[in-house]
Amino acid sequence: MQPIGLVHYLTVGAVLFGLGMFTVMTRRNAVGILLGVELILNAAALNFVAFEHFVTGGVAGQVFTVFIIILAASEAAIGLAIVLQVYRGYRSIAADRLTDLKN
Amino acid sequence: MPPLDLNAVAFGALALLTLGSAGGVAFSSNIIYSTIALLGTFMGIAGMYVQLSADFLAATQVLVYVGGTLTLILFAVMLTARIEDIRTSNSAMNRGVAGALVAIVLLGLGKIAAFTEWPSQARPQMPATARLGHAFLGDYALPFEIGSIVLLAAMIGAVVIARRAVRRDWETH
Repeated sequence: MQPIGLVHYLTVGAVLFGLGMFTVMTRRNAVGILLGVELILNAAALNFVAFEHFVTGGVAGQVFTVFIIILAASEAAIGLAIVLQVYRGYRSIAADRLTDLKN
Repeated sequence: MPPLDLNAVAFGALALLTLGSAGGVAFSSNIIYSTIALLGTFMGIAGMYVQLSADFLAATQVLVYVGGTLTLILFAVMLTARIEDIRTSNSAMNRGVAGALVAIVLLGLGKIAAFTEWPSQARPQMPATARLGHAFLGDYALPFEIGSIVLLAAMIGAVVIARRAVRRDWETH
């Protein structure tokens, strides 16, 4: 068995990204969709750190991961505020029932 | 029998924790279980950061994601999910189409990852916090400050959006 290397981390990142994409596409609950977005962001961050450790060296990958964490926190705060406001208006946060703009 | 590689064992356990919990997030039919499962994913990713010699990121991951984002999401779940239909509060649809699309994307990603000759080399693990601090106050000072402005704007924006501007009639009784 070969030692743990870049490919192993890329595999974990890819599967995590796939699960996040699946969550975003299948969930009806808006909060569930936000959970999927968090999975995708974590997969991207893991790939940044893995490439920095095994390929490029330096510190740029970790810097970008910190920015990803900053943006994920902002996105969660804004997204959940919007979800709360939608729930207040519709009494539901099922994404396929918000069809006011259709037609 | 070759000696047991502790690094590989730790990686396997962390990968199992991360992907198992992510599976819970993706497939559980209860939104609260999904949210709690996200905790396992965040902790597994933090452990992998430690293995990739990103100790500061591991601590940040636990503090920001587990302490902040996850709590926020749990609050939103408690405020919006109706208690009577909590068992199927996280229903799904179009699973076949989504599964096919994800399989296509994963095949493409796997092809790229397996057949590209990355110039990868194993590096010794070393602490990165001091280097990261120098980078943030040196080369990356401007993006760092813009990041703090983004956080401030997001905070004010979240307060403004979530504010109770109009009281609906079902809220009065």
